[in-house]
Amino acid sequence: MKAGTIKASGKKGAAYPSLPKAPTGIQGLDEITGGGFPRGRPTLICGSAGAGKTLLAMEFLVCGAIEYDEPGIFMAFEETASELAQNVRSLGFDLEELARRKKLLVDYVRIERSEIDETGDYDLEGLFIRLGSAIDSIGAKRVVLDTIENLFAGLQNQGILRAELRRLFRWLKDKGVSAVITAERGEGALTRHGLEEYVSDCVILLDHRVVDQVSTRRLRIVKYRGTAHGTNEYPFLIDEGGFSVLPVTSLGLQHVVSEERISSGIPRLDTMLGGAGFYRGTTILVSGTAGTGKTSLAAHFVDAACHRGERCLYFSFEESPGQLIRNMRSIGLNLEQWTKKNLLQFHSSRATLYGLEMHLAIIHKIVHEFEPKVVVLDPVGSLIQAGNSRDAHTMLIRLIDFLKQQGITAFLTNLTSGGKALERTDVEISSIVDTWLFTRDIELGGERNRALYVLKSRGMAHSNQLREFLLTPNGVDLLDVYVGPEGVLTGSSRMSQEAREKAEALARQQETELRERERQRKREALEARIEALRKEFEIEEEKAARLEVLEVTREKTINENRQAMARSRRADAGNGVKASRKVSRG
Amino acid sequence: MKKQAKVKEQQPRSLAQIAKEEGPHSGEVWELRLYIAGQTPRSVAAFANLKKICEEHLQGRYNIEVVDLVKHPQLAAGDQILAIPTLVRKLPQPLRKIVGDLRDTERALVGLQLRPASSE
Repeated sequence: MKAGTIKASGKKGAAYPSLPKAPTGIQGLDEITGGGFPRGRPTLICGSAGAGKTLLAMEFLVCGAIEYDEPGIFMAFEETASELAQNVRSLGFDLEELARRKKLLVDYVRIERSEIDETGDYDLEGLFIRLGSAIDSIGAKRVVLDTIENLFAGLQNQGILRAELRRLFRWLKDKGVSAVITAERGEGALTRHGLEEYVSDCVILLDHRVVDQVSTRRLRIVKYRGTAHGTNEYPFLIDEGGFSVLPVTSLGLQHVVSEERISSGIPRLDTMLGGAGFYRGTTILVSGTAGTGKTSLAAHFVDAACHRGERCLYFSFEESPGQLIRNMRSIGLNLEQWTKKNLLQFHSSRATLYGLEMHLAIIHKIVHEFEPKVVVLDPVGSLIQAGNSRDAHTMLIRLIDFLKQQGITAFLTNLTSGGKALERTDVEISSIVDTWLFTRDIELGGERNRALYVLKSRGMAHSNQLREFLLTPNGVDLLDVYVGPEGVLTGSSRMSQEAREKAEALARQQETELRERERQRKREALEARIEALRKEFEIEEEKAARLEVLEVTREKTINENRQAMARSRRADAGNGVKASRKVSRG
Repeated sequence: MKKQAKVKEQQPRSLAQIAKEEGPHSGEVWELRLYIAGQTPRSVAAFANLKKICEEHLQGRYNIEVVDLVKHPQLAAGDQILAIPTLVRKLPQPLRKIVGDLRDTERALVGLQLRPASSE
């Protein structure tokens, strides 16, 4: 954020040499003013009572005195030097010490109407001389007049006063001091006495609005001659660190994109997210109905990040740190070890404690101080209580942009109320998150079970499957849900369905075995018959063979008989071999 | 610390002491201080007007001290002087301030409480 703005103003500075500036040293204010208040010119700060005018002016002086070696004069028309010193001591400003070092002088100007009478002409030369001698005594470069309008209460002759004020501002310019003049907000005008008429170089308006019993401070640059400045209303914060302005609305979309993937802390969920988990620096939203385990998912993510040695910030708007740690222990997460190692910081506050701007400002501040890699906001929907839905939406967009700019992975949870469409968030941030996990409960068979699915996850192939989401003493577990002809089943229904299926399968198996045995028997019977036939055939064959042998024997016998007969009868040799031979011989 | 400017003559301080010691019947000694910034016509007029009023109403029991802030700017803070000229009535108490060149004698008298406001 800072880098971007500085770069932008740097570019401008190169093209058109802009007005010399006196840095205020106030975080954010120098960014939106392009470097501070106009140097050597008066700046008017107006605002209603309690808007922070005096503090802003004082910080301008103290910062100038300490950081830029520009001594300052604080001319107070309202509070005495010791009162002022006491008021700002809590911010770490030691006015007495600065006065000793001749860095900052407080000059209290008391005007008591009751003891002053006017007769005839006069001018304010006394004030000029007084201021002039104070400026010369420490070589002041900065001057604050707080609140010079008190002069109008002390002196009657408005004509003289106005002429003298005009002369005073001219004189301050000639002196070359960077002056800050504070003034009360007037009805329908910036200041009660129209000082903006005299101070025309830079006018800053501080506003302190209370909407729905929640107060928000805002700052706006009404005009700034010779400088391109932010025109929005910027929220600002007054806390123990002083004044800080948040130029968050000036954010663009130029954040660096990371290719790195980080685990969600639940292996099965990583699998669903393209096998590797979330992208670093993206925004993850878990939404779901009450009691569906959103915080548990967040705790897992935080736990995984701490295991990697990354710092995490956990903003809880509903539970105290102790409660969170205890509750997460029940699902086997020891978050306390990380808080002890200062890897994890919890910040619990009711959303209604401050206005949205204040929340944003505080988150900004803590993020800047702690420099986490992961920020959890649990739950973001409760921020609506601190403002209205539209404001909460804008605030979250700004917050998400800010975190993205810092490369911080943001994990948001959001409660979806039962009556509304489920896939929708109260704060309408679904379109700006990168990964949206949805948890819901499935009510079936007299029980509720949790289910989780990935509604969207930019830039990765993610699972489209609904998973049953179990909270076990060992953490979150994701199971496949039963999807069958009877729909999606979870919990006991899933188990009973599984049992039923098992029984059916067993029955089917037994039937198959039975059929197999029957076939076996059939085969055996057939084989037996085949064997019998074969035996029969063998017998036939044997019989045939025997007949053949018999035939051959008979043939032989007949032959022998014939030969024997022929021999005995000395028959023709033609009837036998031996006989023919005998014939040729003979 | 109090240095007297040389605008015109002034009563010596010792006279005031004497007047004080003379007793209450003669009234208190008035300690007046006139703040000016340089010898401007307005300063001169203011001193002349003051002198006239004192001579008329406080003859012999007043003491005017003129402080020129151009010469002694550090003295402006002491009496919370913003407007010039300013006449400060240090004594008698309570402290009164009259800003302006005192050309309206009536108002100046009221301011100095030499004449009750109701008589106007």
